[in-house]
Amino acid sequence: MTSDQPISQMQRDIRISFPSTALSVRRALETVTTSLAALSLGPEELGTVELVLAEALNNVVEHAYGEGERGWISLECTQKPDGLHFTILDEGKPMPKGIVPMGLRAPLPSELEALPEGGFGWFLIQDLSHDVQYFRTGDVNTLSFRVNIGVVVRPN
Amino acid sequence: MIVTVNALRIDAAVAIQFKDHMRAILDRAQGRVVLDLAQVEFVDSSGLGAIVAAMKQMRDGTRLELAALQPNVEKVFRLTRMDTVFPIHVAADAAVNPHAS
Repeated sequence: MTSDQPISQMQRDIRISFPSTALSVRRALETVTTSLAALSLGPEELGTVELVLAEALNNVVEHAYGEGERGWISLECTQKPDGLHFTILDEGKPMPKGIVPMGLRAPLPSELEALPEGGFGWFLIQDLSHDVQYFRTGDVNTLSFRVNIGVVVRPN
Repeated sequence: MIVTVNALRIDAAVAIQFKDHMRAILDRAQGRVVLDLAQVEFVDSSGLGAIVAAMKQMRDGTRLELAALQPNVEKVFRLTRMDTVFPIHVAADAAVNPHAS
């Protein structure tokens, strides 16, 4: 390590591919959180990354591919000065209307009876990440977002 | 009654299973049920949905409460404002036996 190298820098980008099952998502999250250990993030920051990623990846498993359909998911994580950048690719169905849902706002207690039980995923993604972008090229969905942590700090 | 979750995660991989287990337990429950989450390190929106589903199927005269939320679990409840719909206790023991020393 040279003296002008930033501290808490990820050694290399994370690139993993895995089948679209809930258990594979679990293992992928474990791989990512283990790889991010080099950044010495606090448990709260690591928890934020894990939650946002879990929501995005589970959406692919449950909606892009869906029940009975199997496919591959690719995940990339790159550290940049403004945080951790994630890109998720899959070959499942396109996002409805071709756009990222804004996410259900948190319901009031009085609305609870009507609450869809799975409606919080996009809310959490939109709440905890930045620059959420989605596009489809051919048969491939690309979702990218940034989590504002692991910001590179240069030594004095 | 205290129901202890013996798992590190309530996530998409186990949400349906968790919901089924809870239904079986809550069918027999009376009065207050305190869900002890002390061992649970991670809850995602599927897990949250399963806990909300359990709460919604409580019969009249029964109530689901939560205890011992770890910070990242507490955060999911706070961000989604579900912390306002469940009574949340620091520890399960204290919840059912508030005067214990």
